[in-house]
Amino acid sequence: MARVIVDVMLKPEILDPQGQAIARALPRLGFSGVSAVRQGKRFEIELEGPADDAAIADVRKMAETLLANTVIEDYTVRVEA
Amino acid sequence: MSAARVGVVTFPGTLDDQDAARAVRLVGAEAVPLWHADHDLKGVDAVFLPGGFSYGDYLRCGAISRFAPLMEELIPAARAGLPVLGTCNGFQILCEAHLLPGALTRNASLHYVCRDQRVRVESTDTAWTNAFEQGQEITLPVKHGEGRYVASAETLAEIEANGQVVFRYVGGNPNGAMNDIAGIRNEAGNIVGLMPHPEHAVEELVGAPSTDGLGFFTSILKKLVNA
Repeated sequence: MARVIVDVMLKPEILDPQGQAIARALPRLGFSGVSAVRQGKRFEIELEGPADDAAIADVRKMAETLLANTVIEDYTVRVEA
Repeated sequence: MSAARVGVVTFPGTLDDQDAARAVRLVGAEAVPLWHADHDLKGVDAVFLPGGFSYGDYLRCGAISRFAPLMEELIPAARAGLPVLGTCNGFQILCEAHLLPGALTRNASLHYVCRDQRVRVESTDTAWTNAFEQGQEITLPVKHGEGRYVASAETLAEIEANGQVVFRYVGGNPNGAMNDIAGIRNEAGNIVGLMPHPEHAVEELVGAPSTDGLGFFTSILKKLVNA
Protein backbone atom coordinates (compact mmCIF):
# COMPACT_ATOMS: atom_id res chain seq x y z
CA MET A 1 0.00 0.00 0.00
CA ALA A 2 1.30 3.42 -0.92
CA ARG A 3 -0.10 6.88 -1.29
CA VAL A 4 0.78 9.04 -4.25
CA ILE A 5 0.07 12.76 -4.20
CA VAL A 6 -0.82 14.69 -7.33
CA ASP A 7 -0.80 18.46 -7.00
CA VAL A 8 -2.52 20.42 -9.76
CA MET A 9 -1.98 24.16 -10.16
CA LEU A 10 -3.10 26.68 -12.76
CA LYS A 11 -0.18 27.59 -14.99
CA PRO A 12 1.56 30.75 -13.74
CA GLU A 13 0.30 32.82 -16.67
CA ILE A 14 -3.36 31.93 -16.04
CA LEU A 15 -5.22 34.42 -13.84
CA ASP A 16 -6.41 32.88 -10.55
CA PRO A 17 -9.22 35.09 -9.23
CA GLN A 18 -9.94 32.67 -6.37
CA GLY A 19 -6.37 32.95 -5.12
CA GLN A 20 -6.59 36.73 -5.42
CA ALA A 21 -9.80 36.78 -3.36
CA ILE A 22 -8.09 34.73 -0.64
CA ALA A 23 -5.08 37.08 -0.68
CA ARG A 24 -7.41 40.06 -0.27
CA ALA A 25 -9.22 38.41 2.64
CA LEU A 26 -6.09 37.68 4.67
CA PRO A 27 -5.28 41.24 5.78
CA ARG A 28 -8.89 41.64 6.92
CA LEU A 29 -8.33 38.65 9.20
CA GLY A 30 -5.20 40.19 10.64
CA PHE A 31 -2.62 38.25 8.60
CA SER A 32 0.06 40.48 7.15
CA GLY A 33 3.10 39.91 4.97
CA VAL A 34 1.38 37.85 2.26
CA SER A 35 2.17 39.10 -1.24
CA ALA A 36 0.12 36.58 -3.27
CA VAL A 37 -1.93 33.38 -3.03
CA ARG A 38 -2.60 30.82 -5.76
CA GLN A 39 -5.12 28.05 -5.25
CA GLY A 40 -4.83 24.51 -6.57
CA LYS A 41 -6.03 20.95 -6.10
CA ARG A 42 -4.43 18.02 -4.29
CA PHE A 43 -5.33 14.43 -5.12
CA GLU A 44 -4.41 11.54 -2.80
CA ILE A 45 -4.19 8.33 -4.79
CA GLU A 46 -4.19 5.18 -2.67
CA LEU A 47 -2.47 2.32 -4.47
CA GLU A 48 -3.26 -1.32 -3.84
CA GLY A 49 0.40 -2.23 -4.29
CA PRO A 50 3.78 -0.50 -3.98
CA ALA A 51 4.57 2.83 -5.64
CA ASP A 52 7.00 1.32 -8.12
CA ASP A 53 7.97 2.86 -11.44
CA ALA A 54 5.04 1.27 -13.29
CA ALA A 55 2.52 2.52 -10.72
CA ILE A 56 3.96 6.04 -10.80
CA ALA A 57 3.86 6.01 -14.60
CA ASP A 58 0.18 5.07 -14.34
CA VAL A 59 -0.53 7.93 -11.93
CA ARG A 60 1.20 10.32 -14.33
CA LYS A 61 -1.09 9.08 -17.06
CA MET A 62 -4.13 9.65 -14.80
CA ALA A 63 -2.94 13.19 -14.12
CA GLU A 64 -2.34 13.87 -17.80
CA THR A 65 -5.68 12.38 -18.89
CA LEU A 66 -8.14 13.42 -16.20
CA LEU A 67 -6.83 15.09 -13.04
CA ALA A 68 -5.29 18.07 -14.82
CA ASN A 69 -6.26 19.96 -17.94
CA THR A 70 -2.76 20.48 -19.26
CA VAL A 71 -3.98 23.30 -21.49
CA ILE A 72 -4.21 25.51 -18.38
CA GLU A 73 -2.79 23.46 -15.49
CA ASP A 74 0.54 21.94 -14.41
CA TYR A 75 0.80 18.89 -12.16
CA THR A 76 3.40 17.24 -9.96
CA VAL A 77 3.46 13.63 -8.76
CA ARG A 78 5.20 12.45 -5.59
CA VAL A 79 5.06 9.44 -3.30
CA GLU A 80 4.10 10.24 0.26
CA ALA A 81 6.67 8.90 2.69
CA MET B 1 -36.29 15.44 -48.96
CA SER B 2 -36.49 14.28 -45.34
CA ALA B 3 -35.84 16.86 -42.63
CA ALA B 4 -32.30 17.49 -41.45
CA ARG B 5 -31.67 15.56 -38.23
CA VAL B 6 -29.91 17.44 -35.44
CA GLY B 7 -28.88 15.41 -32.39
CA VAL B 8 -29.28 17.05 -28.97
CA VAL B 9 -27.14 15.44 -26.26
CA THR B 10 -28.34 14.92 -22.69
CA PHE B 11 -25.82 14.19 -19.92
CA PRO B 12 -26.79 13.84 -16.27
CA GLY B 13 -27.08 17.49 -15.23
CA THR B 14 -27.76 18.93 -18.68
CA LEU B 15 -30.34 21.73 -18.45
CA ASP B 16 -30.86 23.26 -21.87
CA ASP B 17 -31.56 20.19 -24.01
CA GLN B 18 -35.30 20.83 -24.23
CA ASP B 19 -34.81 24.44 -25.33
CA ALA B 20 -32.22 23.28 -27.86
CA ALA B 21 -34.55 20.62 -29.27
CA ARG B 22 -37.35 23.18 -29.49
CA ALA B 23 -35.12 25.62 -31.36
CA VAL B 24 -34.12 22.86 -33.79
CA ARG B 25 -37.79 22.08 -34.46
CA LEU B 26 -38.69 25.77 -34.88
CA VAL B 27 -36.59 26.00 -38.04
CA GLY B 28 -38.10 22.81 -39.45
CA ALA B 29 -35.38 20.31 -38.60
CA GLU B 30 -35.84 17.11 -36.61
CA ALA B 31 -34.42 17.09 -33.07
CA VAL B 32 -32.99 13.66 -32.22
CA PRO B 33 -32.38 13.01 -28.50
CA LEU B 34 -28.92 11.53 -27.86
CA TRP B 35 -28.10 9.93 -24.50
CA HIS B 36 -24.67 10.28 -22.90
CA ALA B 37 -24.43 6.60 -22.01
CA ASP B 38 -25.12 5.31 -25.53
CA HIS B 39 -22.47 4.52 -28.11
CA ASP B 40 -24.86 5.77 -30.76
CA LEU B 41 -25.11 9.00 -32.76
CA LYS B 42 -28.28 7.66 -34.45
CA GLY B 43 -27.02 8.77 -37.84
CA VAL B 44 -27.65 12.47 -37.19
CA ASP B 45 -26.45 15.19 -39.58
CA ALA B 46 -25.26 17.55 -36.83
CA VAL B 47 -24.98 17.62 -33.03
CA PHE B 48 -25.92 20.26 -30.44
CA LEU B 49 -24.15 20.02 -27.05
CA PRO B 50 -26.36 22.05 -24.72
CA GLY B 51 -25.59 23.86 -21.48
CA GLY B 52 -26.07 22.83 -17.89
CA PHE B 53 -23.87 21.18 -15.29
CA SER B 54 -23.06 17.80 -16.81
CA TYR B 55 -21.83 15.31 -14.20
CA GLY B 56 -22.22 18.10 -11.63
CA ASP B 57 -19.21 19.95 -13.11
CA TYR B 58 -17.11 17.69 -10.85
CA LEU B 59 -13.34 18.13 -11.17
CA ARG B 60 -13.67 20.75 -13.95
CA CYS B 61 -16.62 21.73 -16.14
CA GLY B 62 -16.78 19.16 -18.93
CA ALA B 63 -13.88 17.08 -17.59
CA ILE B 64 -15.98 13.96 -16.92
CA SER B 65 -18.47 14.42 -19.77
CA ARG B 66 -15.63 14.31 -22.22
CA PHE B 67 -15.19 10.59 -21.44
CA ALA B 68 -18.90 9.67 -21.76
CA PRO B 69 -19.64 6.74 -24.11
CA LEU B 70 -21.41 9.08 -26.53
CA MET B 71 -18.34 11.31 -26.69
CA GLU B 72 -16.25 8.34 -27.82
CA GLU B 73 -18.43 8.35 -30.93
CA LEU B 74 -18.78 12.11 -31.23
CA ILE B 75 -15.08 13.05 -30.99
CA PRO B 76 -13.93 11.09 -34.08
CA ALA B 77 -17.09 12.07 -36.00
CA ALA B 78 -16.48 15.76 -35.25
CA ARG B 79 -12.83 15.42 -36.30
CA ALA B 80 -14.09 13.90 -39.55
CA GLY B 81 -16.34 16.90 -40.24
CA LEU B 82 -19.68 16.33 -38.46
CA PRO B 83 -21.07 19.80 -37.55
CA VAL B 84 -21.09 20.27 -33.76
CA LEU B 85 -22.25 23.29 -31.75
CA GLY B 86 -21.51 23.55 -28.04
CA THR B 87 -23.06 26.28 -25.93
CA CYS B 88 -21.96 27.09 -22.39
CA ASN B 89 -21.32 23.69 -20.76
CA GLY B 90 -21.25 22.27 -24.29
CA PHE B 91 -18.41 24.71 -25.13
CA GLN B 92 -16.58 23.62 -21.97
CA ILE B 93 -16.94 19.97 -23.02
CA LEU B 94 -15.59 20.72 -26.53
CA CYS B 95 -12.52 22.38 -25.00
CA GLU B 96 -11.96 19.55 -22.50
CA ALA B 97 -12.24 17.09 -25.39
CA HIS B 98 -9.58 19.12 -27.27
CA LEU B 99 -11.95 19.56 -30.20
CA LEU B 100 -11.48 23.29 -29.64
CA PRO B 101 -8.31 25.01 -28.37
CA GLY B 102 -8.05 26.71 -24.97
CA ALA B 103 -10.18 26.31 -21.85
CA LEU B 104 -12.93 27.98 -19.82
CA THR B 105 -12.21 29.04 -16.26
CA ARG B 106 -13.86 30.76 -13.30
CA ASN B 107 -15.26 34.21 -14.15
CA ALA B 108 -12.74 36.90 -13.20
CA SER B 109 -15.40 38.49 -10.97
CA LEU B 110 -16.00 35.11 -9.25
CA HIS B 111 -19.71 35.85 -9.68
CA TYR B 112 -22.22 33.90 -11.69
CA VAL B 113 -23.38 36.21 -14.47
CA CYS B 114 -26.89 36.06 -15.94
CA ARG B 115 -27.76 38.82 -18.40
CA ASP B 116 -28.52 39.70 -21.98
CA GLN B 117 -25.21 40.10 -23.77
CA ARG B 118 -24.28 41.75 -27.03
CA VAL B 119 -21.76 39.86 -29.15
CA ARG B 120 -20.22 40.61 -32.52
CA VAL B 121 -20.11 37.93 -35.20
CA GLU B 122 -16.47 37.70 -36.31
CA SER B 123 -16.63 34.61 -38.50
CA THR B 124 -19.49 33.62 -40.79
CA ASP B 125 -17.45 30.89 -42.42
CA THR B 126 -18.78 28.11 -40.16
CA ALA B 127 -21.55 25.53 -40.25
CA TRP B 128 -23.39 27.41 -37.50
CA THR B 129 -22.96 31.11 -38.39
CA ASN B 130 -23.31 31.32 -42.18
CA ALA B 131 -26.72 33.05 -41.87
CA PHE B 132 -25.14 36.04 -40.08
CA GLU B 133 -23.29 38.99 -41.57
CA GLN B 134 -19.65 39.60 -40.78
CA GLY B 135 -19.50 42.20 -37.99
CA GLN B 136 -23.20 41.85 -37.16
CA GLU B 137 -24.04 42.49 -33.52
CA ILE B 138 -26.54 40.13 -31.92
CA THR B 139 -27.96 39.82 -28.41
CA LEU B 140 -28.06 36.48 -26.59
CA PRO B 141 -28.48 35.50 -22.94
CA VAL B 142 -25.39 34.48 -20.98
CA LYS B 143 -25.64 32.54 -17.71
CA HIS B 144 -22.46 31.05 -16.32
CA GLY B 145 -19.93 31.09 -13.52
CA GLU B 146 -17.04 29.61 -15.49
CA GLY B 147 -16.94 31.25 -18.88
CA ARG B 148 -13.59 33.03 -18.94
CA TYR B 149 -11.89 31.87 -22.11
CA VAL B 150 -8.15 31.38 -21.70
CA ALA B 151 -5.41 29.97 -23.90
CA SER B 152 -1.64 30.14 -24.09
CA ALA B 153 -0.16 33.17 -25.83
CA GLU B 154 0.79 31.00 -28.82
CA THR B 155 -2.69 29.44 -29.12
CA LEU B 156 -4.34 32.83 -28.79
CA ALA B 157 -2.13 34.30 -31.53
CA GLU B 158 -2.84 31.29 -33.72
CA ILE B 159 -6.65 31.39 -33.43
CA GLU B 160 -6.64 35.15 -34.00
CA ALA B 161 -4.44 34.77 -37.09
CA ASN B 162 -6.59 31.91 -38.44
CA GLY B 163 -9.83 33.82 -37.95
CA GLN B 164 -11.07 31.19 -35.48
CA VAL B 165 -12.64 33.73 -33.13
CA VAL B 166 -16.33 33.51 -34.04
CA PHE B 167 -17.89 35.79 -31.41
CA ARG B 168 -16.57 38.64 -29.30
CA TYR B 169 -18.33 40.32 -26.40
CA VAL B 170 -19.26 43.95 -26.97
CA GLY B 171 -20.65 46.42 -24.44
CA GLY B 172 -18.77 44.77 -21.57
CA ASN B 173 -16.99 41.47 -21.08
CA PRO B 174 -19.05 39.36 -18.62
CA ASN B 175 -16.27 37.04 -17.45
CA GLY B 176 -12.83 38.47 -18.21
CA ALA B 177 -12.29 36.27 -21.28
CA MET B 178 -9.03 36.90 -23.12
CA ASN B 179 -9.47 39.21 -26.13
CA ASP B 180 -13.21 39.41 -25.25
CA ILE B 181 -13.66 35.97 -26.82
CA ALA B 182 -17.22 34.65 -26.52
CA GLY B 183 -16.94 31.82 -29.04
CA ILE B 184 -14.46 30.05 -31.30
CA ARG B 185 -14.36 27.44 -34.03
CA ASN B 186 -11.98 24.74 -35.18
CA GLU B 187 -9.94 25.36 -38.31
CA ALA B 188 -12.40 23.51 -40.55
CA GLY B 189 -15.37 25.50 -39.21
CA ASN B 190 -17.63 22.50 -38.50
CA ILE B 191 -17.15 22.79 -34.71
CA VAL B 192 -18.23 25.96 -32.92
CA GLY B 193 -18.37 26.66 -29.19
CA LEU B 194 -19.67 29.75 -27.40
CA MET B 195 -20.70 30.76 -23.89
CA PRO B 196 -23.93 32.64 -24.81
CA HIS B 197 -27.15 30.73 -25.45
CA PRO B 198 -28.71 30.91 -28.93
CA GLU B 199 -31.33 28.32 -27.95
CA HIS B 200 -32.75 30.79 -25.38
CA ALA B 201 -33.20 33.51 -28.00
CA VAL B 202 -35.56 32.03 -30.56
CA GLU B 203 -39.02 33.15 -29.44
CA GLU B 204 -40.25 36.57 -28.35
CA LEU B 205 -43.09 35.06 -26.36
CA VAL B 206 -40.85 33.85 -23.54
CA GLY B 207 -39.24 37.25 -22.98
CA ALA B 208 -36.05 36.49 -24.86
CA PRO B 209 -33.97 39.62 -25.56
CA SER B 210 -34.07 38.85 -29.30
CA THR B 211 -34.64 36.04 -31.75
CA ASP B 212 -31.03 36.31 -32.91
CA GLY B 213 -30.42 32.73 -31.81
CA LEU B 214 -32.46 31.48 -34.75
CA GLY B 215 -29.54 32.32 -37.03
CA PHE B 216 -27.55 29.37 -35.64
CA PHE B 217 -30.32 26.95 -36.56
CA THR B 218 -31.04 28.42 -39.99
CA SER B 219 -27.28 28.32 -40.60
CA ILE B 220 -26.97 24.60 -39.93
CA LEU B 221 -30.09 23.89 -41.95
CA LYS B 222 -28.66 25.82 -44.90
CA LYS B 223 -25.36 24.00 -44.50
CA LEU B 224 -27.03 20.57 -44.45
CA VAL B 225 -29.38 21.24 -47.33
CA ASN B 226 -26.54 22.53 -49.51
CA ALA B 227 -24.20 19.70 -48.48
